[in-house]
Amino acid sequence: MIGINVYLALIAIATLLSMYRVFVGPTTADRLVAVDIMTTITTGLMVLFALYYKRMIFLDVALVYAILAFGGVIAFARYMEGGL
Amino acid sequence: MNALTATGEALVLIGTFFYFLSALGLIRMPDVYNRMQTSTKSATLGSLGVMLGVGIWALGTDFGNVAWLTKTITIAIFLLLTNPISAHTLIRAAYKSGIPLWEGSVVDRYREHLESRKAEVEEAEKTPEEGGEE
Repeated sequence: MIGINVYLALIAIATLLSMYRVFVGPTTADRLVAVDIMTTITTGLMVLFALYYKRMIFLDVALVYAILAFGGVIAFARYMEGGL
Repeated sequence: MNALTATGEALVLIGTFFYFLSALGLIRMPDVYNRMQTSTKSATLGSLGVMLGVGIWALGTDFGNVAWLTKTITIAIFLLLTNPISAHTLIRAAYKSGIPLWEGSVVDRYREHLESRKAEVEEAEKTPEEGGEE
């Protein structure tokens, strides 16, 4: 219909806009929010790559990445709150 | 091009568009609380669209089978459960570390809740002392 390159381009634009907030964001919480959104977008990108290269093993990589990113964000939030 | 491929591709298009909208909200909103509000919701919806779309799209191709749809639905459910948790933890840490609200914000229910609880604790501490003096 449209082609997978259009979706990859939309994801690239979204990642670049999030990178702006990571570099410019005035507080630490702004940068962490942007990194959280970027990990979610990267999970979708890995699933799209699984379809692009026709390999189902990349779906397992995406699941493990989602679990590790969740743990990382929780750890950074606890550090910012002062409990770690 | 069959019906499964077309449906999956439309879902993936919707999902990536919502990814773009979430990054746009990250740029446009004035403070960290509004940014979290707009970005997390639309990123979660975009993830659901991309995952389900890829699963259905792979069913319509020559290399795909049902395991694609099962695995993508698993990732979608995991993201749907954990994205609100991480957003809640992040924004609670941001509030506790003292980042101020945008000056246009008018409602702060969490501060009202904290103040009312602090007043209750002070009142509970004051009452036994008065009873002891009598």
